Amino acid sequence: MTTHAWTLLGLFLAILLVTVKPMGLYLAKVMAGDYGFVRKTESPLYRLCGVQADEEMVWLKYAFAILLFNALGVLAVYALQRLQAWLPLNPQGMANVSPDSAFNTAISFVSNTNWQGYGGESTMSYLTQMLALTVQNFLSAATGIVVVIALIRGFARHTAATVGNAWVDLTRVTLYVLLPISIVYAVFLVGQGSIQNLDAYKEVTTLEVTKYDAPKLDADGQPVKDEKGAVVNEPAETATQTLAMGPVASQEAIKMLGTNGGGFFNANSAHPYENPTPLSNFIQMLSIFLIPGALCFTFGRMVGDTRQGWAVLAVMTVMFAGLAIAAMYFEQQANPLLTQLGVDPTFGNMEGKETRFGIADSGLFATITTAASCGAVIAMHDSFMPLGGLVPLVDMQLGEVVFGGVGSGLYGMLVFAILAVFISGLMIGRTPEYLGKKIETYEMKMTSIAILVTPLLVLVGTAVAVITGDGRAGIANPGAHGFSEILYAFSSAANNNGSAFAGLSANTPFYNTMLGIAMWFGRFGVIVPVLAMAGSLAAKKRLAVTEGTLPTHGPLFVVLLIGVVLLVGLLNYVPALALGPVIEQLMLFATY
Amino acid sequence: MKTLLRPALSLFVLLSVITGLAYPLLVTGIAKTTFPVEAGGSLIVKDGKTIGSRLIGQNFSDPRYFWGRPSATTPMPYNASASGGSNLGPLNPALMDVVKGRIDTLRAADPGNTLPIPADLVTASASGLDPHIGIAAAAYQAGRIARVRGIELAVVEGLVAQYTESRQWGIFGEPRVNVLALNLALDGLR
Repeated sequence: MTTHAWTLLGLFLAILLVTVKPMGLYLAKVMAGDYGFVRKTESPLYRLCGVQADEEMVWLKYAFAILLFNALGVLAVYALQRLQAWLPLNPQGMANVSPDSAFNTAISFVSNTNWQGYGGESTMSYLTQMLALTVQNFLSAATGIVVVIALIRGFARHTAATVGNAWVDLTRVTLYVLLPISIVYAVFLVGQGSIQNLDAYKEVTTLEVTKYDAPKLDADGQPVKDEKGAVVNEPAETATQTLAMGPVASQEAIKMLGTNGGGFFNANSAHPYENPTPLSNFIQMLSIFLIPGALCFTFGRMVGDTRQGWAVLAVMTVMFAGLAIAAMYFEQQANPLLTQLGVDPTFGNMEGKETRFGIADSGLFATITTAASCGAVIAMHDSFMPLGGLVPLVDMQLGEVVFGGVGSGLYGMLVFAILAVFISGLMIGRTPEYLGKKIETYEMKMTSIAILVTPLLVLVGTAVAVITGDGRAGIANPGAHGFSEILYAFSSAANNNGSAFAGLSANTPFYNTMLGIAMWFGRFGVIVPVLAMAGSLAAKKRLAVTEGTLPTHGPLFVVLLIGVVLLVGLLNYVPALALGPVIEQLMLFATY
Repeated sequence: MKTLLRPALSLFVLLSVITGLAYPLLVTGIAKTTFPVEAGGSLIVKDGKTIGSRLIGQNFSDPRYFWGRPSATTPMPYNASASGGSNLGPLNPALMDVVKGRIDTLRAADPGNTLPIPADLVTASASGLDPHIGIAAAAYQAGRIARVRGIELAVVEGLVAQYTESRQWGIFGEPRVNVLALNLALDGLR
């Protein structure tokens, strides 16, 4: 690893840790309604919407509210895509999106996955980008945050029947946390060079005429094929370039802040109009971890012991640093096959990377975006070195708990914490407890469901795709790497990340359906048991700390929790990883 | 269930209007007044004609110009309405073939050049629209440019140095040269 890479990582962590306390405190106060300006401005909205703001909900009602709200989101995103050709703000005349792709994208954006089977600038109208996709960038992030707030209330309250009011929580997160930060952030991005307009695409005259091979079209506009079925090309040339436009910065800001990750453009944050400078890139990296990091403090404050929050943050930070170092190290290695051809190895693996970011920024970004369930990319993960690409895979397969998605990362980690105290309780023969709450059969059932649902979706989904022709048809790279592409797709979908080994042709009815199912159950198959646990924890009495209580704020617990996450989260995937990136690494260096 | 339906529907509509219409339009308004050039795409206008964007690379294959990163966009390279990378894996034979072809082209255009091949000059960028190349990639091509254009090497190297951007704030990203800006400057030499 270069000195530059170490400096970058150190600076990133230092700035991030400084933001945790103020941001976490603000979140806690907004959610509790401690600020006068929040209460004053929100109450007219509740009257307008028929929300009984002072009426708290039992967990089941809270879960229904969340599911209903998200189901409405799916319908709206689906409808807007299917009707966009007839709706305004469509200067490029984008056609209606196909049913399977629209289904996939609707679930993808509602579940905070933001997996994209389509290319943004060649598919979506500006209205769809704004009113369907930008909206869900906000609301799916808000959903994740309110669920973890409800779970924290479960720990913080005792002998209580309710976990909060879903409508109030959603409104507060959206309007007083996500929206104001996004406005400032979006304007900053424009200052760096991101575009923000509603103009038609601009045609410019290039300095040089570009000669290229274009597919030959018949009278109906269909590509001509020869006897073998291959597309026939003919020479073509162009003296112009068409620059895609759009309201990019506004979507970009919430895309990062809400760990969404769905790019306005196909190339995502690698596109110079989304992420124009190394500075904008650094801020994008920070903004992915801002809320997931801060929520750890919010957690500690709400349960009345900030040390508990710092311990969880320590687990996340240690695991993240290790993964980031690995990614930057492996990408700094040059592809030995290219070195043989005469390429200078000092530059590392530059295939699929941008010059302004280089190796260190790209490796760090890849770790951040997959450790958090963001999924934005500034480099093509499909072209990473085998073990460089293994890091993002592992990040996702750990269950998106190393910072993780906004809200979802912390509730995922707290589920692992419950498992950790359960395991240590077994070791010493005591009834496990966490934050003064006894962990009993019901909690362990919910924990098991929450932990097992994603590996099940990933491994079964991958297996089905590998044994069916429709699944194998999408593969772009031969050999073990092709398997990795499928494994990556299901890991990304079920863990709600959204990044891809993007060579995989996933915009087919098969993948749109399979991945759509994985995304929905990977999201709500965890949210519902987590809320159930919130309800049951809230109802329990709080136990006093005794000599026999396992302290959950010290280094011992930090190590224990890291161990549990690694063992339980990762062991499921070791055989699959061996078949993909590990074999590829061995083959790459064996041929050298 | 019924008690949930009304708040769900009305809150969904209200928050959609705020975050999906009011917010992007507000940002558009602020952006157009504070950063009008950037908001519109950082376009370069020469003699009344728009000839590109400061942030979007263009395809160059003429030996008189500096060449940028290879671009994997389809059907033509540097297609700025269909961005993307090659997504070729490190062990894919197609990657070897295409890199070998690029090395051959580079060497054919400048047979006497014995410098090592800079990686960014033969590997496709992530966006397919990368406006920059690294310092080594510019240095590799300087000799060719000087020879083909019949100008002093020192002049070309001076121009490269003038257009070199260092790490932002000394920390972020990598040192680089904007290819389109450099080529426009080359054409401006008289």
